[in-house]
Amino acid sequence: MITIDVDMDKCQHYGQCVFEAPDIFKLNDNDKLEFVATADDIRRGDVESAVDVCPMQAISIVE
Amino acid sequence: MSKSVVIVGASMGGLRAAEALRNNGFEGQITVIGEEIHAPYNRPPLSKEVLAKEVTHDAVAFKLRTQVEDVIWHLGDPATSVDLETQVVKTNSGKTFEYDGLVIASGLRPRVLNLPNGKLPGRHTVRTLDDAIGLRADLVPGAKVVVAGAGFIGCEVAATARGLGCEVTNVAIDSFPMIRPLGETLAAELQRRHESHGVHFRLGHGIRDLAGTDSFTGVILDDGELLEATVLVEAISSHCNIEWLANTNLDISNGVLTDSALRAITTDGDPVNAVYVVGDLARFANPLFDDEPRRIEHWNIPTETGKRVGAVLSAYLSQADNFAELAALPFTPLPTFWSDQYDMKIQGFGMPGLANRYELVAGELTDELVMAYFRNDILIGVVGIGMTAEVMKYRKQLLST
Ligand SMILES: Cc1cc2nc3c(=O)[nH]c(=O)nc-3n(C[C@H](O)[C@H](O)[C@H](O)COP(=O)(O)OP(=O)(O)OC[C@H]3O[C@@H](n4cnc5c(N)ncnc54)[C@H](O)[C@@H]3O)c2cc1C
Ligand code: SF4
Repeated sequence: MITIDVDMDKCQHYGQCVFEAPDIFKLNDNDKLEFVATADDIRRGDVESAVDVCPMQAISIVE
Repeated sequence: MSKSVVIVGASMGGLRAAEALRNNGFEGQITVIGEEIHAPYNRPPLSKEVLAKEVTHDAVAFKLRTQVEDVIWHLGDPATSVDLETQVVKTNSGKTFEYDGLVIASGLRPRVLNLPNGKLPGRHTVRTLDDAIGLRADLVPGAKVVVAGAGFIGCEVAATARGLGCEVTNVAIDSFPMIRPLGETLAAELQRRHESHGVHFRLGHGIRDLAGTDSFTGVILDDGELLEATVLVEAISSHCNIEWLANTNLDISNGVLTDSALRAITTDGDPVNAVYVVGDLARFANPLFDDEPRRIEHWNIPTETGKRVGAVLSAYLSQADNFAELAALPFTPLPTFWSDQYDMKIQGFGMPGLANRYELVAGELTDELVMAYFRNDILIGVVGIGMTAEVMKYRKQLLST
């Protein structure tokens, strides 16, 4: 399992991460980010893509 | 012998290319040559939230993943030339680096105004961390600041400087701020919003010179007006860092021309299998729009081009059977940009600057909104202020046209 952390002080709810892993990141009805904090190891590539595209560089994978 | 890759430019594009080479199974040596002494860091915060606080490398550094742990970082020593025949890069200190694959990732640097009295202190640009540290020190409350250039970076600096209590005047030859990407309606509205935050504009004007003898006391406009100021931020446009490619036969007329595999193309029109381009310098045609090669100075491009180069170059170096097939695949990254000014979250997709018509499709011009951009009635871009969910509907449509 990998653990995902989003620094909510940095996150501006742009939602770029949602395109990379929609089952892990989503914007709720108020356009605010919600995410699942753990994912299966095979999803590492998708989560890394989400890390890459986040304009605020707010997402990290906790090693 | 195992193959080696040299990447010139230790910023986002160079880092993403290195990561992607490893992700695609390339195991040879990777050396990244960088002019700056800093390990790769994120530039957008330098005109936004980081400039408003304390500018440090920690605040903006990219996290280095385990895949790139064994990359050799040769920093603070720029490449000065490359020989494409012998495949050797030379640096300023006289070091030489042989390569089997070369990635050009040397990006842009700001163009500065040519001012007769230009030697006075107090002039700034905003491209590097060191630039931002220097500028931050001068943005003290009450400082009189002139920002030259009304593109995104100039407008962000103006907004940030206002937030820090500076007096700000924006001088630009354009008729409205950010008009080229956004069109007149939205640009005029954004000018109004900046003015409501206390920014003054001198649009349609250039800067002729600085006033002052030992220190600078003001900026002289092309019509002779003197704006009292002690800080000048120049965000007018950029130069391509391609001087080190001058003795090659690559097409460097504007950035570096590439094919859809991001292979550099010679002036004879031939792609070079061993040489690739990423980031702001790559000039490629994007079939999402048309067949005109363009450089795109948006933040998602280093990542998109880096990933593509990692896949194609690793296939080339391992002499994979599918190299030709991979290289021929279309490359269609959706340009993505955003800008934070005051409490506005501006977000855009596509190439709105190419539009010949635009339409407010959601929200209110004076509030949160979505503007759709069309070229010959085909959706070509979308820009939103807030309203993320609405913007995303148009983003989806852009990807499907
Ligand atoms: C202040 C600022 C704010 C921005 N804000 C946004 C934004 O909000 N949204 C957005 O979409 N985009 C934004 N951008 C644009 C985005 O940051 C760039 O598109 C991105 O940095 C390009 O990355 P790159 O790796 O191609 O080039 P660069 O980041 O320019 O990196 C090139 C590197 O190569 C080095 N180099 C140059 N010559 C040599 C040489 N001869 N040898 C070795 N190294 C060399 C340079 O020193 C530099 O470190 C902003 C840019 C700036 C400067
Ligand atoms: S991409 Fe980054 S800033 Fe945007 S919603 Fe996701 S975590 Fe937040």
